[in-house]
Amino acid sequence: MSGAEIALALSVFLACAVEAVEALTIVLALGTTRSWSAALSGVAAAMLALAAIVAAFGPALTSLPIGLLRVLVGGLLLVFGLQWLRKAILRASGLKAKHDELETFNEETAAARMAGAAHRGFDGYAFTISFKGVLLEGLEVAFIVLTFGANQHHVALAAGAAGLAVLLVAAAGAAARAPLARVPENTMKLAVGVMLSSYGMFWGAEGAGASWPGDDASLLAIIPGVLAMAIAMTWTVRRTVSRAAVADLAATPVQPGDQAAVSA
Amino acid sequence: MTRVEAFLAGLWEFVVGDDWRTALGVVIALGLTALIADASIAAWWVTPVAVIAVLALSLRRAVRERP
Repeated sequence: MSGAEIALALSVFLACAVEAVEALTIVLALGTTRSWSAALSGVAAAMLALAAIVAAFGPALTSLPIGLLRVLVGGLLLVFGLQWLRKAILRASGLKAKHDELETFNEETAAARMAGAAHRGFDGYAFTISFKGVLLEGLEVAFIVLTFGANQHHVALAAGAAGLAVLLVAAAGAAARAPLARVPENTMKLAVGVMLSSYGMFWGAEGAGASWPGDDASLLAIIPGVLAMAIAMTWTVRRTVSRAAVADLAATPVQPGDQAAVSA
Repeated sequence: MTRVEAFLAGLWEFVVGDDWRTALGVVIALGLTALIADASIAAWWVTPVAVIAVLALSLRRAVRERP
């Protein structure tokens, strides 16, 4: 396996694992509170829909001229990657709440109980919510599988990496019988953002007609460069936020009660 | 909201996300790259510079708009 193929598989695996952890939380909440058979049927239906999307669009994408494919895919990957990076940096800086799987699980469980008792037979509520949850979380992964896979003509490798991630997350969820709250989601999202942005930048510029110094080897500089930029921006935003918080605190007028408490 | 409108809104949210200016910046950067490359001038540096600028500006807006 070449370096580019390993990077492709790793990017898809990480992106898929993060989304699978989020989908697992929804399915677990529905399975434990309502009906496992309906929740798992929803999962199966969503997986079939996602596989159909990849199967339908994969060949169509790979048949596009390479220049057009690269500028389209590169541009979309860059937009996606920057979204992931932005959110990861804001979460790491404390400006955006970190994804809490236990909290999501509790919210989904409460909503499932509020939805009323399941009718006799098939539980439509559990099926629908499970289907929607897995489909929405999986769409982004299907997009990444398609774009990465089509650009390197390895849709099967990308789909295999995504499938492996789903299997591992499902196995971990089945073993734990609880949301996977300890998975370092923010770090994984940052890693995915770095990979998507790096490949998006590389392919987008190539598709637009630019030549990178060193061709494919330039990725060895682009990926660490994007990571270093993300770390530097996280540090800068965190520092700006903490300085602003100190300034806000200093500007807050001291109440007489507060002064008494300080004196005591 | 009709189904078509809901679909388009979902598509916009899926592709563009929280900050449309980031997506616009990417489109402008790739267009600029194509223009410069077409003039047979090295253009590989445009996207890295654009990525740094676009992300920095987006984060700056987020910091300013914080509650």
